[in-house]
Amino acid sequence: MSDKVIYVMFDDDEVLKDGAKKLVSKGIKINEVFSPFPIHGIDPIIGVKQTRLGIMAFLYGLTGLTLATIGMRYFMVVDWPMNIGGKPNFSYLQNILAFIPISFEFTVLCAAHGMAITYLLLNKTLPGMPAQNPDPRTTDDKFVMEIRLSENSSMTEADLDAVIKETGFIEIDKKDIK
Amino acid sequence: MQKEAAIREPLILGHKTYHDVTEDVCRPIEDKAPKMWYILFGIALIIGLYGVGCIMYLLGTGVGVWGLNKTIGWAWDITNFVWWVGIGHAGTLISAVLLLFRQKWRMAINRSAEAMTIFAVFMAGLFPLIHMGRLWVGYWTLPLPNQFGSLWVNFNSPLLWDVFAISTYLSVSLVFWYIGLIPDFATIRDRAKKPVAKKMYSILSFGWSGRAKHWNRFELVSLVLAGLATPLVFSVHSIVSFDFATSVIPGWHTTIFPPYFVAGAVFSGFAMVQTLLLIMRKAMSLEAYIHTKHVEYMNIVIMVTGSIVGTAYITELFISWYSGVEYEAYAFMNRATGPYWWAYWAMMTCNVISPQLMWFRKLRRSLMFTFFISIVVNIGMWFERYVIIVTSLHRDYIPAAWSMHYPSHIDIGVYIGTIGLFFVFFLLFARYFPVLALNEVKTILKGSGQSYKESPDYHKHH
Repeated sequence: MSDKVIYVMFDDDEVLKDGAKKLVSKGIKINEVFSPFPIHGIDPIIGVKQTRLGIMAFLYGLTGLTLATIGMRYFMVVDWPMNIGGKPNFSYLQNILAFIPISFEFTVLCAAHGMAITYLLLNKTLPGMPAQNPDPRTTDDKFVMEIRLSENSSMTEADLDAVIKETGFIEIDKKDIK
Repeated sequence: MQKEAAIREPLILGHKTYHDVTEDVCRPIEDKAPKMWYILFGIALIIGLYGVGCIMYLLGTGVGVWGLNKTIGWAWDITNFVWWVGIGHAGTLISAVLLLFRQKWRMAINRSAEAMTIFAVFMAGLFPLIHMGRLWVGYWTLPLPNQFGSLWVNFNSPLLWDVFAISTYLSVSLVFWYIGLIPDFATIRDRAKKPVAKKMYSILSFGWSGRAKHWNRFELVSLVLAGLATPLVFSVHSIVSFDFATSVIPGWHTTIFPPYFVAGAVFSGFAMVQTLLLIMRKAMSLEAYIHTKHVEYMNIVIMVTGSIVGTAYITELFISWYSGVEYEAYAFMNRATGPYWWAYWAMMTCNVISPQLMWFRKLRRSLMFTFFISIVVNIGMWFERYVIIVTSLHRDYIPAAWSMHYPSHIDIGVYIGTIGLFFVFFLLFARYFPVLALNEVKTILKGSGQSYKESPDYHKHH
């Protein structure tokens, strides 16, 4: 199915935000916003939900803590209890103080790397991936809104143009995609 | 847009637009490197290669080429290790702790401070590895099933804690740094004209496009990584201090070590950041972003942590007497008045007296003075570790075992070599990487930029 994409470019984040508010209030769906830095407050306007990566980090951390505990208990208590200065490792709990540093480090290690890898995979930002921003200036000082015709089927292109005109954009670009 | 009090000094001077920020940071990368860069790089490379040569000789011959003896089994190697790890504490402190405290001035310095951290930890990690003598069996520090029966590494040992702490710290700092770099590499990629540069930065930027959802994730990931890295910073140097504190050597066996080491690490790390940034801001014309106010803030951190270190020195002295343990008391008397008195008093002067000068506003805002003090602090912190390690060891319980440590030329070569390698890495970073966190600086431009703060609209309520 063929579709038309409208790229509306702004040179200020505040103007884009005000413009987005106007468009959304008229019932227009904004598919995406490209910006050189995070625009604070844009997410609720265009309907981007708060990410749940934080929960993932917690789960990865928990995994790390569990692995560290199981591992150290096996190495130091079950498999080869070391007898240091007449104080053998008979139980994990009695020796837990010595195991805290590595438990902590391993928790942090797993949480940080697990989250970072998940983040890169979710974003589909990996080495060698092609850039997808519509204009190279969006990583410098320009801000672009992407509106798809198919997602705003209640309006004609002319209606859309009329509403977009009021947002204070600096450039507009249209592309047909298949 | 967040606003701040009018009396606060702006963090970005001059009339900068978003595009100016991009230009100012990208220009040094896109232009030809100045002659000075090649000269410095050449010098650093020669020193670094000399260090590599010394390491090769050490590995080929054995650790005996160091000036160690049976009384002093640890000297320059671990001194250098602790010194470098300490220096490597500023970057993550700046980017993680200051992020949690919402200190915006960190944004101008965090990128290069983190780079410095990573390179310093590289240098630190080198010392335990070469100290093994057989570098290629370094993986024996990992709990791997092996051919020697079920023999595991000792999880009760602070040395193993160190393995986990340093490797976690290095890899997490690296990830934290790189996640922040991705959007900035994308900026360079989109500006690049030469095909090779375009290709390289395109690979480095992972195809970053700046979508709203990605920025949303980016901010949360930065925040959570900061939350994880904050206790990590404190844990790493605490664990390094356990290498000494859990032993039974008078002078090492001290409960004050963890906080004292952490404060000392931040102290020396900030000093190194000052040394590097004062040159970098000038060489790369970044005076509008890293200016006197930033230097003053860092000097305040140096002053506070320096005071903590000073207090710890005096507490140590007092406790050695108050404990009534004669060996402990002797270790400290010997430090101050024994054959290594010069090292002790060099440490005291550099680390206790010099940061106190920062109470004077004029001095802490003087760039020349700051540069001088930053070098003094770095020297002082090296002596601190040398004093702790060598003076505690050199007079054993039996006077017949008393000894002195004289560094061999390999000791010196390896140490100087790591400084050379460190600068090789840092110069490469300054040449090819965005030295300022572009996307973060842009977010504070309207809130803390001079032209915006001085405009009549700034204090109107929207």
